[in-house]
Amino acid sequence: MKTRRTPPRSFASKALPEKFWQLRLYVMDQSPKSVAALANLRSICEGHLKGRYRITVIDLLKKPQLAKGDQILAIPTVVRLLPAPVRTIIGSLSDTDQVLVGLDLRVAV
Amino acid sequence: MVYVEPKWGYSLSMKRRSTKSVPNSELLPKCPTGIRGLDEITGGGLPRGRPTLICGSAGCGKTLMAAEFLVRGAVLYDEPGVLMAFEETEPELNANVASLGFNLGGLVKRKKIVIDYVHIEPGEVHESGEYDLEGLFVRLNYAIDSIGAKRVVLDTLEALFGGLRNEIVLRAELRRLFRWLKDKGVTAVITAERGREQLTRHGLEEYVSDCVILLDHRVNDQIATRHLRVVKYRGALHGTNEFPFLIGSDGISVLPITSLALNHKVSRERIATGIKRLDAMLGGQGFFRGSSILITGTPGTGKTIIAANFAQAACQRGERALFFSFEESPNQITRNMHSIGLRLEPLVKSGLLRFHSARPSLYGLEMHLATIFKEIEDFKPSVVIIDPITSLMDGGSGSEGKGMVTRLIDYLKAGQVTSLFTSLTQGGHALQQSEAAMSSLMDAWILLQDFEGNGERNRVLYVLKARGMAHSNQIREFLISERGVDLVDAYIGPSGVLTGSARAAQTSLEKASALAGQQEAGRRKRELERTRAALERQISGLRSEHEASADELRQIDEQVGTQTRLLTIERNELGRLRQADVAVVPRPLITSGNGRRHV
Repeated sequence: MKTRRTPPRSFASKALPEKFWQLRLYVMDQSPKSVAALANLRSICEGHLKGRYRITVIDLLKKPQLAKGDQILAIPTVVRLLPAPVRTIIGSLSDTDQVLVGLDLRVAV
Repeated sequence: MVYVEPKWGYSLSMKRRSTKSVPNSELLPKCPTGIRGLDEITGGGLPRGRPTLICGSAGCGKTLMAAEFLVRGAVLYDEPGVLMAFEETEPELNANVASLGFNLGGLVKRKKIVIDYVHIEPGEVHESGEYDLEGLFVRLNYAIDSIGAKRVVLDTLEALFGGLRNEIVLRAELRRLFRWLKDKGVTAVITAERGREQLTRHGLEEYVSDCVILLDHRVNDQIATRHLRVVKYRGALHGTNEFPFLIGSDGISVLPITSLALNHKVSRERIATGIKRLDAMLGGQGFFRGSSILITGTPGTGKTIIAANFAQAACQRGERALFFSFEESPNQITRNMHSIGLRLEPLVKSGLLRFHSARPSLYGLEMHLATIFKEIEDFKPSVVIIDPITSLMDGGSGSEGKGMVTRLIDYLKAGQVTSLFTSLTQGGHALQQSEAAMSSLMDAWILLQDFEGNGERNRVLYVLKARGMAHSNQIREFLISERGVDLVDAYIGPSGVLTGSARAAQTSLEKASALAGQQEAGRRKRELERTRAALERQISGLRSEHEASADELRQIDEQVGTQTRLLTIERNELGRLRQADVAVVPRPLITSGNGRRHV
């Protein structure tokens, strides 16, 4: 599994009591959309969830068997595993507002 | 008996193809579905390595057909398959296809089939930015490669339209998906909902251009029938008609309406009808094996009895007979036949006779036909009886009924099965006319009729037609008694055909007049005898008279002789006395008649 953690921070554990955001990003190799999605997700998380998130990147080219588990159809897909309930956002995440709504970081306007 | 598996004729198309002498390799390779009848219609199956679209409204059997395609492929043709289900979960699918006798779970365990349930919850997914359906491709690819699948089913792909909002992307991706399936070389079946103005709700047919099959579920007269039509089949000849199909306990069967070719094998063998006199009417030998026989008659003319006799005759030859009864239960038939001395229970017990009873209204014509086919395939009879065919035909419209009978006869003839159909005609109709449609399909037609007169009804029987054999043109009275059935000559007199008591009266009248004649002759004979005896007596009287007179004559003669001698003697004596010539006569000692001595 190609897992990239967010840059480890010494204070990350301090932030845990609040809410921890566990995200899984499904990508397809280094496709432009995949690369863009990862970059967009990172910047959004940095902006809104600094220190309270972890992104797991799964490359379906290498681990195709994992697509079934989270019912992946579209690439790229972000799955919010925590906090419950599970949320899914598909696309390159270029529309930040939609991402924020999807991740439940902001109420839909 | 050798049972020939009926072949639905596509020999015409085959012939055409072979005359063109197209090498086999150039023909579109086909992937047999293993679904009964579908391969015949499509001339061998679905296009191999290409996607096929199965569309239809809800409840017409799309998923089952697709699932059977996979299961048959895995079981019969050793082609593993992937089922990507968008609507039903794996346990649900397992349960659903179990009703067709398929063990999907077992096949999954044996790595013959992979089921991938794709869950899409409309509105649950947020979209942000560009995306593609690479995830679907990855899953499909992974599933195919994991078992080396040759077949893929996507059921129902259109669910994607509910889950994803960006239709432009979706359509582009679907186009790519079908391309990708072709490149992958798998034979794919995609199911889709029937749309209002187009074949599918979301126009999937524009992506799948190789083969489109349309399923339909119609209700006519409260009886539902499923139909299948191959709308399009690029690069292959196919049956274009709408074919009825059924979902039975062992899968789907599609029933081609007719075979195109009339090339059944025919037999010269004749089989007895079970009624000796009827055999005699049919050239002395009965019906041809493998022929179709129609027995028509008004109610209560004894159609079932003839049918039962025919079945019994078959069983006595050691052949199997299958009796489809649509009006009476097996027990009822057995009991009723008992009353005419026909014992069917032992035949049923010995396994030579089988009954199949069902109400005509139980299900549609197609289902009946499929049941009949199935029973025939199971039992492999050499004689099949349908009693009565009319109540079955009432289940559908006229043409449907006739189509059904045609198919049934084709099927039976292909297997050299002799079939006997009874047909109930309404009283008062022109018999020939009402049966004309069906009779043209029949090889022999026996007509039973009621004759009414003298306050009684009597049954008569004609052989209306019997193709290919000399047959009696005469009417026979059909008698049913506790000893069985018998046919007797009906009396044809100046006032028409006499039957029943009129015939009996006529017979006794004839008998009486013959008796009277005999008596008269006897009387005259006796009289003559008497006259002759009287004459004899007279003759003997005369003869004795004649004898008496002859006697008298003799006496007179004697007397005369004696007198003459005496006279001579006396004269001689006298002469002697008168000293006449001496030695004339020596003096004899004569004793005369009166005993006196004359010296």
